[in-house]
Amino acid sequence: MDAGLNRCPLQEHFLPRKNSKENLDRFIPNRSAMNFDYAHFALTEERKGKDQSATVSSPSKEAYRKQLAETMNLNHTRILAFRNKPQAPVELLPSNHSASLHQQPKSVKPRRYIPQTSERTLDAPDIVDDFYLNLLDWGSANVLAIALDHTVYLWDASTGSTSELVTIDEEKGPVTSINWAPDGRHVAVGLNNSEVQLWDSASNRQLRTLKGGHQSRVGSLAWNNHILTTGGMDGLIINNDVRIRSPIVETYRGHTQEVCGLKWSGSGQQLASGGNDNVVHIWDRSVASSNSTTQWLHRLEEHTSAVKALAWCPFQANLLATGGGGGDRTIKFWNTHTGACLNSVDTGSQVCSLLWSKNERELLSSHGFTQNQLTLWKYPSMVKMAELTGHTSRVLYMAQSPDGCTVASAAGDETLRFWNVFGVPETAKKAAPKAVAEPFSHVNRIR
Amino acid sequence: MASKTAAAKDIITLHGSAAIVSEFFCYAANSILYNRAVYPEESFVKVKKYGLPMLLIEDESVKSFMSNLTSQISEWLEAGKLQRVVLVIMSKATGEVLERWNFRIETDNEVVDKGVSREKSDKEIMREIQAIMRQVASSVTYLPCLDETCVFDVLAYTDTDVAVPFTWIESDPKLIANPQMVKLHGFDTKIHKVDTLVSYKNDEWDEEE
Repeated sequence: MDAGLNRCPLQEHFLPRKNSKENLDRFIPNRSAMNFDYAHFALTEERKGKDQSATVSSPSKEAYRKQLAETMNLNHTRILAFRNKPQAPVELLPSNHSASLHQQPKSVKPRRYIPQTSERTLDAPDIVDDFYLNLLDWGSANVLAIALDHTVYLWDASTGSTSELVTIDEEKGPVTSINWAPDGRHVAVGLNNSEVQLWDSASNRQLRTLKGGHQSRVGSLAWNNHILTTGGMDGLIINNDVRIRSPIVETYRGHTQEVCGLKWSGSGQQLASGGNDNVVHIWDRSVASSNSTTQWLHRLEEHTSAVKALAWCPFQANLLATGGGGGDRTIKFWNTHTGACLNSVDTGSQVCSLLWSKNERELLSSHGFTQNQLTLWKYPSMVKMAELTGHTSRVLYMAQSPDGCTVASAAGDETLRFWNVFGVPETAKKAAPKAVAEPFSHVNRIR
Repeated sequence: MASKTAAAKDIITLHGSAAIVSEFFCYAANSILYNRAVYPEESFVKVKKYGLPMLLIEDESVKSFMSNLTSQISEWLEAGKLQRVVLVIMSKATGEVLERWNFRIETDNEVVDKGVSREKSDKEIMREIQAIMRQVASSVTYLPCLDETCVFDVLAYTDTDVAVPFTWIESDPKLIANPQMVKLHGFDTKIHKVDTLVSYKNDEWDEEE
């Protein structure tokens, strides 16, 4: 009862009106609430013999009643609702349930199946079993290049066909390094006699020879657009601009022994080099070109053995992974911006090669004695996800397919093995289930 | 007097006003159902309206309910018989009324009776509606959380001389005892004046203090 009466002043408070005519309307919002009053009014008035003035106890109350009656009669309303109610309640509950059920499996990522054996194995006769060389590379055109002694072979991953690119003269060879240019067409071949040859794989034609830079064999190569960086046994690192007549644009002096690892960062701004002197150098391109002394940005001396395995993280700028040789056996992570060592993991075996997954936060390392295995690590936890065995000698070289799913490894056992170790990216799952199945999609890609 | 062209531009008729108000109600109801999570978020689609991203329900049964409602409201508005539309949110389990969204409509009877038109620009009306929609969207900040499954109903307050359409039934007002009330913006087409107010179940803690 008092609920109805109490509501009047409250409502008035919330619905203030300016003039007296509108004042009547003040009752509209709680009209329904006041039906009670009206009923009360009507009942009592009627029972009291329809003699209103006689029964009214006070003039003010009578005025109120009159006004009330008037309002009620004038604005008496009908409250209507749809007969057919919206079907909200029925559908809400199950859909809510399905929504909550749907979220649970989403949070749990299904474990990827990692095949433990190699997908295919190719013969690699006469491969030079030398830790300091780099004889395997997989180009952006999905063609794998491998140097076996004096000969460079191309294996087209799209078709599975093999062709010979070149056999080097006996006195110049053997081939000590090989690297595809970003266009996937041109390939650089480093030789034992300190020369570097540039070949066009489409026309099987030699384009030019870079010589005079190094004093001894060229064991490492790295492309950065039109710059070909070469690392030699003489400890020199030379930037060659392959477009110009005298190609040597910069020489980095920092290593005292053979340079066996060379990698440009994804941005092309920093170069990491590893040497037999157990040192890793980070060179900054802008610093180097601005002064002729070509000092390194960082000199990292934590490894205790030769550093050949270098890999720039594809998802985190300034993160470099390096692996040490037989006396060191560690994988170390560096912030190349500050030069700080972020982590060091003892693998128990010499680290010959390192590759980051392009699709997952994972790192693959290849090892020598005793297991000759490939180890897949979760980054940054460095939990071992898989150990892939099959090679019977140290796994010297690894290369990644352009789509990032397949890894090729070449070992001293004269075999080349292919592993589907890295997961297929979510978006590419339908478009490119296999490296073999995408002959054209990587043409525009720059490594 | 305004020039003829300007007047022609900003003229509003009873029919046009009824269309604006009934459309407003449809969008407002959808917005309330979304913002108060009466229906799950994924059952709504985004559209652009009143210069704002608005959400419309996809569920077929609710959609047909809304369109029936809108056309009936529009009819009553044109007849000047509609006094108020109330969207009620109730607990599904207990049927207790938790929120009432009150749209009070004042009709200019001169327009209904004599068929004259009024002047107000579309733009201005849209701006006023936009302000209401913004307030509806921000109401979640002060309204108590609806932590149980809810259903909604719409009540139409009409004049008594309106014949009840056969798809409609008479209803009780579904009031909330001792409600908290917040008045929102209103808008005025110069023919229909709409005031918005939300009343909701008082928190027992507040009541005792």
